[in-house]
Amino acid sequence: MYFDLNDEQQAIKSTAKEFLAARYKSERIRELIETEHGFDPADWEEMAELGWTGLALPEQWGGQGLGLVELAVLFEEIGYALAPSPLFSSTAAGLALATNGTEAQRERWLPQLASGEARATLALFDAGRPAVIGGFAMEARPDGDGVVLDGAKALVEDAAAADFMLVATSDTRRHLVERDADGVTIEAEESIDPTRRLYTVRFDGVRVDPDATLEGTQENYRPILWRGAVAVAAESTGVAQRAMEMAVAYAKEREQFGRPIGAYQAVSHRCAQMLLETENARSAVYGAAWAADAEPESLPKAAAMAKAYASDAGWRVPDASIQAHGGIGFTWEHDLHFFLKRGRANASRFGDARWHREQVADLVLAEAEAPVPA
Amino acid sequence: MDLSLSPSETEFRDEVRTWLEENNPGPEPETSLDEVIAYRREWQAKLHAASWAGISWPEEYGGRGATLIEQAIFVGEAARAETPSPANVLGLAMGGPVVIAHGSDEQKQRYLEPILTADEIWCQGFSEPESGSDLASLKTKAVKDGDEWVVTGQKVWTTLAQFAKWCMLVARTDPDAPKHKGLTYFLMDMEQEGVETKPLVQITGEGEFNEVFMEEARIPEENVVGGVGNGWSVAITTLMNERAGLAFGAIAQVANSLKRLGRLASETRVNGHSAAEDPLLRDRIAQLHIEAETMRLNAYRGLTKTMQSGIPGPEGSLGKWQWADINQRIAELALDIEGGYATLARGAEHAVANGAWQYSFLRSRANSIEGGTTDILKNIIAERVLGLPRLR
Repeated sequence: MYFDLNDEQQAIKSTAKEFLAARYKSERIRELIETEHGFDPADWEEMAELGWTGLALPEQWGGQGLGLVELAVLFEEIGYALAPSPLFSSTAAGLALATNGTEAQRERWLPQLASGEARATLALFDAGRPAVIGGFAMEARPDGDGVVLDGAKALVEDAAAADFMLVATSDTRRHLVERDADGVTIEAEESIDPTRRLYTVRFDGVRVDPDATLEGTQENYRPILWRGAVAVAAESTGVAQRAMEMAVAYAKEREQFGRPIGAYQAVSHRCAQMLLETENARSAVYGAAWAADAEPESLPKAAAMAKAYASDAGWRVPDASIQAHGGIGFTWEHDLHFFLKRGRANASRFGDARWHREQVADLVLAEAEAPVPA
Repeated sequence: MDLSLSPSETEFRDEVRTWLEENNPGPEPETSLDEVIAYRREWQAKLHAASWAGISWPEEYGGRGATLIEQAIFVGEAARAETPSPANVLGLAMGGPVVIAHGSDEQKQRYLEPILTADEIWCQGFSEPESGSDLASLKTKAVKDGDEWVVTGQKVWTTLAQFAKWCMLVARTDPDAPKHKGLTYFLMDMEQEGVETKPLVQITGEGEFNEVFMEEARIPEENVVGGVGNGWSVAITTLMNERAGLAFGAIAQVANSLKRLGRLASETRVNGHSAAEDPLLRDRIAQLHIEAETMRLNAYRGLTKTMQSGIPGPEGSLGKWQWADINQRIAELALDIEGGYATLARGAEHAVANGAWQYSFLRSRANSIEGGTTDILKNIIAERVLGLPRLR
């Protein structure tokens, strides 16, 4: 029993913290969110050099082969720094390809994803339909030996900067479609969170050759869902941590009625609540991240718990921080609103809190049928 | 990071589990407090015979000298098996550790063994009617008279005072010193003329707690622990011990309650279906499970930290706060599930589960007050973890 980061994980954390703090100062984030793709390719190259693009990808394809704890460490820091980066979308797609791609698909793409030469993303939710896990509507219409795709996918992250996307169809399979394939058009969507780009991707008779369809179906993608959910939860934990630190720092320096406002319990107890929620999120995230690699049978419940909790904490803590700041916290000039927005956007990714609580209810109410002592 | 038990920890857990299965005498009697205490004394004697009573105490004082993780495992397993409580909880968790840490050799010789055997039960004389959260403002005074101290004042919320032989008493020995400096920690004999105990009836109708009145009670000077004027720092050690030891038992109790809550939901019908199928109730049940899990994981993180640094940090306050909140909400949700029957108490013909949830609902109101109010815990977190300024 040892519930703390080991030396290697601690090293990943401090490298990430240092690098991200140097790259993503407030003014720089504000510049980046005005650019077309919302991030700087030069930053991407540096992240690739640090090994982040292949952190969790298998070593045989040039990745580092590290586990979900290490990935959670990295994404917690990404959230803390509010880094605008396609690292998440590309990592999630890379993991899906690594576990469900054919040998040829993996050989073709994984080394490039690991090295950062290529990027990928997931195209799951059908535009205009409920954006919930499972039940995709787009049909994979048979066409000779391949299939043809028609329709539109919404909420596709970083699509314009991705070399290919994994497109989900109603048969629960995924198809590898390159961004510049015939019939693919990409339109930027307006998101409440300017630090992550979202797109609607239209498919107009897009032909998918048989070798571009992945092997797995729905159940094979569940581990990716759980792992992705934990990584998003880690990001939200970092968001909450930073927003809490901002509130505490402000409460120490801001004076009203002749005292720092942090001396008033209305403010200090709010800060204590922020700490509680942030620490709970962190414990849930690392508990689930550990389970993913060491005890996979307990991952679904642990991941659902982590994502449900961190979905809420990820925006509630920034929200409480805005309240602790008073009027200044509501201005565009202050950075807090970016944390609120990132946290709120994260809450909806990879299953929202309500969906994950439903998964938890399913699992724990089944356990309740087991005998109760005495 | 490794959240699993090591082979030796697993072996230890199995040993504990087997021992508890073979020796657990079952639920406490529901008759009178006298019988409950007798039952608990017997259980504690059994625990001590197998060296479990003083699990955290060093071996030289009759304990087991177990590691922190072993203590956590034992407390968790005992709660999981729903064993009775030992009779002398406060003696084991606070009195003994204080004597071991601050007591003289003579005191160790005299007091430790009867704590372990439950031959002498201990109670805690800290809180007073006008000194609750602001403990250091307490007024009970002790005046030196020859080789004795003479004590006059009142204590309140004194658990098991009516059964106790010894009281861990904090009294003011120097009225002129700053409030934290003028206090002394005594071991007071409860069996004497100057000490009177009256039960304090609480909202459940029971009298778990007492008021203790001292009118020129006498304490020999050799019963001072840790030196005259050091009462505050000695008392603080015991509070830390109380908090660190209770966490893992509380976590296992919450797990048991959540199991019962799930069963209640499955067996109760609302709106034409089982409560376990009701989306709103499912959402609340899930949320409580999630928060209970974060509490459990926080405790393990805290344990790792304590093993590294040697002392429990102020983060422990988070766990006590969270436990109180979760425990209260479990009972609240159970009553919501029971619907109209939520009104019926123990003894009513149609009471659900013989009124167990009604009792929990009422009893748990104290959870956010006893052992440090949630409001004070938030102050501690704000000041000592976050470094926010003090208002006082």
